[in-house]
Amino acid sequence: MSSPYQIVVGLEVHVQLLTQSKLFCGCSTKFGASPNSQVCPVCLGMPGVLPVMNRKAFDLSLRAALALNLNIASFTKWDRKNYYYPDLPKNFQISQYDLPFSYEGFLEINAASDPKKEYKPKRIGIIRAHLEEDAGKNMHDESGKGGDSKVDLNRTGTPLLEIVSKPELSSPEEAKAYLDEIRLMLREIGVSDCEMQEGSLRCDANVNIHIQHEGELAATPLVEVKNLNSFGSVAKSIAYEAERQYAEFQKDPKNYRIGNFSKTTAGWNDAKGVTVVQRHKEEAADYRYFPEPDLVPVVVSKEEIEAARAAMGELPSQQRKRLQESPFSLSAYDAGVLSAKGRRMVSYYEEVAKEIGDGKQVMNRLSDLVMGTLNERKEEIDQFPITAPKFTDFMKATAKVNQQDRRDVFKHMLENQSDAATAMTALGIKSAADFDEGALRQAVKDAIAANPAALEDFKKGKTAAANRIKGHVMKTQKGAPNDVVQKLLDEELLKA
Amino acid sequence: MDIDQVKKVAKLGRLDLTDAELGVMATQLSAILGYVDQLQELNTDNVEPMAHPLPVQNVFRADELRPSLPVGEVLKNAPSRLGDFFAVPAILDAADDASH
Ligand SMILES: [Zn+2]
Repeated sequence: MSSPYQIVVGLEVHVQLLTQSKLFCGCSTKFGASPNSQVCPVCLGMPGVLPVMNRKAFDLSLRAALALNLNIASFTKWDRKNYYYPDLPKNFQISQYDLPFSYEGFLEINAASDPKKEYKPKRIGIIRAHLEEDAGKNMHDESGKGGDSKVDLNRTGTPLLEIVSKPELSSPEEAKAYLDEIRLMLREIGVSDCEMQEGSLRCDANVNIHIQHEGELAATPLVEVKNLNSFGSVAKSIAYEAERQYAEFQKDPKNYRIGNFSKTTAGWNDAKGVTVVQRHKEEAADYRYFPEPDLVPVVVSKEEIEAARAAMGELPSQQRKRLQESPFSLSAYDAGVLSAKGRRMVSYYEEVAKEIGDGKQVMNRLSDLVMGTLNERKEEIDQFPITAPKFTDFMKATAKVNQQDRRDVFKHMLENQSDAATAMTALGIKSAADFDEGALRQAVKDAIAANPAALEDFKKGKTAAANRIKGHVMKTQKGAPNDVVQKLLDEELLKA
Repeated sequence: MDIDQVKKVAKLGRLDLTDAELGVMATQLSAILGYVDQLQELNTDNVEPMAHPLPVQNVFRADELRPSLPVGEVLKNAPSRLGDFFAVPAILDAADDASH
């Protein structure tokens, strides 16, 4: 299935930083407060007010930039980006223009064609990340009668980190993987909660396509897709936009080229599943950037960079590598699955795996039993009643128990807040250690004696008949180690 | 500065100027720009670019909450309000809401 074109996407991601107060004033950043209740003269852009930068916001930005492998500028400043819009009372946004605090980095994503089955790392270049303030929120009259729009300035001045990728994403799936990785990483390092529903992560996609046309590579004009409200809509809008551009190109392959048009903006209509290209504006936006005189520049020291690096902790990408090494030795795919569950799940896993020794088996048990259960119970691993030591005990006690019995024990532990030993006693399942070979051999002999027909069949060469006898043993010896029973049965059948 | 440039700047600044005013502005803005242009005569080859006139860096505040204004105060100067919201004439191009 080869496509007649290559998709080229760059993403601009805005994330709100996890500070208590806003970027330049002490108003709260809390989501969901009543309208205009978190607003002060700085937020309102009143004459004579003075913005003062929030140290935590700068530190979190620094931490995020280091996690994105960005270079940190030794000297950085802020600029005014001028435009008129009702959600921006100052008529300018304080942002960074020519001297952002970070530049040139990369993020490793899973670019496997089926990320549910395998892990294929790909580095996506990051052009820059800069720190700016958010605008307020407009609510439009939905009645269609053209009533007034309502403006809530609570969000005004919330610290935002803008992360601009290079156009190195080659498919809707890669764009989604990029967002997954950014969200996982920024949550893990405590920079942002990245909730798209609450607007703490927003994303615009710059899309065009490259086509082999009459022996040369043709590129279509760039379209910036906005109004994307979920990772799914990012992926869908890219796929749609690429097809739309290819259709445009086929209509007019000579002129529908990147050099002939300036970048246009399109809104994503999620209900209809289409991009709607905005009227082509006569002139490109003219933001007339100039240095913000109310804020002084920031110089970052080596010590501050080291402190930010230390605060970052282990990144998902580092974690994935570590989990593939001894003593865990997970596959790249398993390491990716585990890492995606977050640090707390990884440390739970590590605690169990260090005791059990077999990293792969612990991962299998976690996938089989714990991960799904957490989803069902909508619980985080650190609230989970079966703690890592309890799960370790459980794994040891049920090491030789068949899968169904093991699941029953787990379920019993969960429902009764009990430990493995209690659950197994209650269910009449013995742990491997509880079986003595003599008693088990007797049980095997009894089973053979009780099933003369099966023995007859077995002797006639129907080896499968042995399973009937084994089933009989397992019924009376719940939890008996399968391999031991098999061995004893083989021995006793030879003698019988 | 010609009339078209003045028109563009006026539009960006949301100023509604009459033809007569546009003419006056063209003359006055040209004079201002000409005056400031004299700076071009200075040789700045060995002068570091300046990001801020004050020799001060790294001014921060701690991430601490301070009381916001009561909503009545916030909306006091608003020409129009709807409940606790500012009310503004309908925004037609809603896609402009997206991040700038
Ligand atoms: Zn404020």
